[in-house]
Amino acid sequence: MKSRRVLFCLALFAVVTALGAPFVGMTAISLLDILQAGPDNAEAMVFWRIRVPRMVTAFLAGSGLAISGMAFQALFRNPLATPFTLGVSGGAAFGAALYMRLGLSFVFLGISGGTMSAFGGAFCVILLVYALTRSRGGFATPTLLLAGVALSFFLSSMILALQYSASLHDSFRLIRWLMGGLGMVGYGAALNLLPVVVTGAVLLFMLRNELNLLVIGEDLAMSRGLDVPRTKQLIFLAVSLMVGGIVAVCGPIGFVGMMAPHICRLLVGPDHRRLYPATLLFGGAFLTLCDVVARVAFAPAEIPVGVITALLGGPFFLYLLLRRSAEQLF
Amino acid sequence: MAVTAYNVDNLSVVMDGKTILDQVSFSLEEGASLAVIGPNGAGKSTLLKCLLRLLPTDRGAISLFGAPLDQYGRRELARLLGYVPQTGAGHVPYTVDAFVLMARYAYLAPFSHFTDTDRDIAQKAMEQTGVLPFAKRHMHTLSGGERQKVFIASALTQQPRIMLLDEATAFLDYRHQAEVLTLVETLRRDTGVTAIAVTHDLNQGVMEFDHVLALKEGRGVFWGAPSALLEDNRLEAIYDAPFRLLRHEPSGTSYVFPEKGAS
Repeated sequence: MKSRRVLFCLALFAVVTALGAPFVGMTAISLLDILQAGPDNAEAMVFWRIRVPRMVTAFLAGSGLAISGMAFQALFRNPLATPFTLGVSGGAAFGAALYMRLGLSFVFLGISGGTMSAFGGAFCVILLVYALTRSRGGFATPTLLLAGVALSFFLSSMILALQYSASLHDSFRLIRWLMGGLGMVGYGAALNLLPVVVTGAVLLFMLRNELNLLVIGEDLAMSRGLDVPRTKQLIFLAVSLMVGGIVAVCGPIGFVGMMAPHICRLLVGPDHRRLYPATLLFGGAFLTLCDVVARVAFAPAEIPVGVITALLGGPFFLYLLLRRSAEQLF
Repeated sequence: MAVTAYNVDNLSVVMDGKTILDQVSFSLEEGASLAVIGPNGAGKSTLLKCLLRLLPTDRGAISLFGAPLDQYGRRELARLLGYVPQTGAGHVPYTVDAFVLMARYAYLAPFSHFTDTDRDIAQKAMEQTGVLPFAKRHMHTLSGGERQKVFIASALTQQPRIMLLDEATAFLDYRHQAEVLTLVETLRRDTGVTAIAVTHDLNQGVMEFDHVLALKEGRGVFWGAPSALLEDNRLEAIYDAPFRLLRHEPSGTSYVFPEKGAS
């Protein structure tokens, strides 16, 4: 079967990207350096302490953002409706920024307070967007997207207000984080992401048949036996978990959730039983690659990875918007 | 004695302050067929959606096979009721066979895949409805008539005891209208499935149904055999328009046409 071959190629691409990325950087590291080096060799240190954890973080974040986008596209039946474009990332960012600004620091059940407040922010925005889509029966695509834009504006001005009231140092830290970056050292970030991304990914994995039915419209899905409200709740939970967790650690990285599932849909088709693994693999590899570009393009300087994804995602968004009527893009 | 499929008692639906359905009552035995007719905006589709529990009701009660409709789970309902939506409803991105197979969702054990039994049932439904020749095509490449047959195949794949059709032939050309109508009629005869069809067009096989329910401004204004509909200017009262009746003697079928010029 063709799509099975494509899926295999995607898996290969993901593995090669994940294994190859840590070797590329300001200075290329060869396999021999790592294998022959003693414990205090500088290159081995860079490799194991900086580049490998960074690749893991990028891969986890990319996968999580991509499948979150995939779930939202199915739920709203629109390829432009993703957590980023609907303001959910903005909500998560506000939650995390508030946590930073207040100088809070707590850990609960191994999950950092920043992740939890970002999760709270994301969840609130999801409920708001959902209430908006409910208020007038159906929701036309432009209205939905405009509502998302309005929410994003509102939230970013709230973040600006937080930033303005912060000290110079905190303010800079906030700006840098808001650009979306993966420039953290060590395994802390990856360990923070792991539980939320895995939980969200498992939830969505179990909902593949349900996502397939959501795409054909709520009435028809219900008449096929789908418990639509419950499915939505589970999707909201999974997405706000993942987006909250990822934004708290990496900042709001945009457009991965829009581009990855859409490209995968072209490659393996709209059936979520194949689309899910494809999106998971492609999203992870995609963000890892973007991060490699961010590290080497202007070396020794480093661009935030969110800038790269936005540079790619902006034109992609316009292309989707202009190509055909949005409903027919599935 | 036949089992009662649906029992609708004083059903009322109000949306945004407007009464869409007003104290509608009827009862339908299993195996029978019911045509719901009436002018545009009479509440026909709303009634159908209430019967499928796609819309909440405000007053009154609906019972399905003796139990209140809201006591059924979604999956249970999907194993009893097959829904064929209006022509052209919504965009479906799948291929025909994938889409038909998805109708087995209600029989799927949690976290499992479709089985060979599911595939066989879907295959049989596609065979019965004549969609096999285009089973590998994408839904959006089909004509309106082909698409409608696929929706009927999907509803059949649910192995329902009742089929509910909402304007199944509206917007189709004559050949496809005839094909879809014949298909529904054949299925009814062969499988004994109970059928409830909403239509605004009286010539869409209405005369072949066992019962007719006419709605006007949300109220049930006629219940009875289709032949009785043609008596005593009943149609004029329902549609607020004069009609002319034509009888096709070889087949014994009656057709009605709105009279032009007079109003």
